[in-house]
Amino acid sequence: MTAQTRVPAGRYGLAQAARMEWIKLRSLRSTWWTLLATAAGTVAIGVAVGLNTRDGSGDVTNNALAGVVPGLLLTGVLGVLTMTGEYSSGTIRATLAAVPRRPLVLAAKAVVFGAVTLIAGEVAAFVAFFAVQATLRPGVAAPALDQPGVLRAVAVTGAGSCLIGLIGLGLGAIIRHSAAAIGVLVGGVYVVAQFVGIMAHAVATYMPILIVANSLSTTRPVTCGTDAASCPDFLSAWTGLGVLALYAAVALAVGGWLLARRDA
Amino acid sequence: MIEVRNLTRRYGRTIAVDALSFDVRPGSVTGFLGPNGSGKSTTMRLILGLDRPDAGQARVGGHRYRELRWPLREVGALLDAKAHPGRTARNHLAALAAAGAIPPARVDEVLDLVGLTAAAGRRAGKFSLGMSQRLGMAAALLGDPAVLLLDEPVNGLDPEGVRWIRNLLKSLAAQGRTVFVSSHLISEMALTAERLVVIGRGRLLADTTVAELSAGSASLEDAFFRLTSEAVEYQGNEATS
Repeated sequence: MTAQTRVPAGRYGLAQAARMEWIKLRSLRSTWWTLLATAAGTVAIGVAVGLNTRDGSGDVTNNALAGVVPGLLLTGVLGVLTMTGEYSSGTIRATLAAVPRRPLVLAAKAVVFGAVTLIAGEVAAFVAFFAVQATLRPGVAAPALDQPGVLRAVAVTGAGSCLIGLIGLGLGAIIRHSAAAIGVLVGGVYVVAQFVGIMAHAVATYMPILIVANSLSTTRPVTCGTDAASCPDFLSAWTGLGVLALYAAVALAVGGWLLARRDA
Repeated sequence: MIEVRNLTRRYGRTIAVDALSFDVRPGSVTGFLGPNGSGKSTTMRLILGLDRPDAGQARVGGHRYRELRWPLREVGALLDAKAHPGRTARNHLAALAAAGAIPPARVDEVLDLVGLTAAAGRRAGKFSLGMSQRLGMAAALLGDPAVLLLDEPVNGLDPEGVRWIRNLLKSLAAQGRTVFVSSHLISEMALTAERLVVIGRGRLLADTTVAELSAGSASLEDAFFRLTSEAVEYQGNEATS
């Protein structure tokens, strides 16, 4: 027992909890593999869709960002596992013994995981955009960031990836079991969204995956003109981003509330 | 100093911990004994604020665990809190050190103390039970705390490890720390502890010294069985031929 370190003044807080969560996140190889696979998939799908774009009059930016939607699944799953991995391994008890003010644990995870996935999401979206710009067929006019709505579409799509990740994190805190939480995420965000998209147009515009595909990653909101019966008018990019942020905030608030109340 | 007052916890209809009150004082090793399912681990989780009590409370150094300013520097705990299998021993400890604003150099110090220096870069999923226990001890000692709560620390350890824990706990107590160790190994407690808290079915059966409890019985084991005979939840039978 050397280094009898003096107890510092004050009290542990978000800074210490966030440092702990950053070390935990970066020390798992799966974090980096998942983010790399997400980015690679986003770019590859974007390029493939770009190469198949023959009509430059459509929303080519939206095509370039087509890989983001499948990529989101991995980010969401990573968010789930960031929380449920603690329960399946038993590390949660060490974590909560170190930071007994429990909402702080989830807040720290949200800050760290949110920052990492925001950066990863933006990098993936911009790399996909530039890769598609460079690989379009001759004759298809490449979009540029200074055209109306293009920079916004790319940037907001990257942020959407982070918000889906945070929804996953919140679901992980609520459900605690990896398989069940991933099931709810995939079922809720993907399957139900697709189903609702077909069945109930009024609600479809609020489905997370459709927000990303039709509100965030478009230079102009998807509308169907007069044929409104078969296709809803989607939210504007900023409203869509706000709705996604609201979902993430609700999932995290409920998760934090349950974390503070349940036995570990 | 650990103060447990009227601590009660139910799970559905079963009472896991039933109006338990006792003190654990600094300067000696206090053993926490009881049959399987008697509520030892639950009591430890309640003291650490991991489970919520239905009634009563536990205080460590005069505070409830959740109110501690630097928990890891005040209380070290060994629970069934495994490191994530994908994380190395060093990173597991580095993460905890960050939460307690503990200097990173201390991580290597405790790794050396528990004999895991050579395995520091290996992932915890590859660890044997004994190595996991050593990593758990390293985490408990990380913040150089005045109070230690150790749930079955010798589980899975080889004879050398068992002796190492025994001597470590004694020296920690001799430094004036509060050392509270649960075990179902009575013979081990007879060698390690000075004081004993014995529970059965969540209730306090004895709060005494090893010497007092053993007096009048052939061994501490006999005394323990006499004490807990009414409170055994799971009992095997002799094999019939």
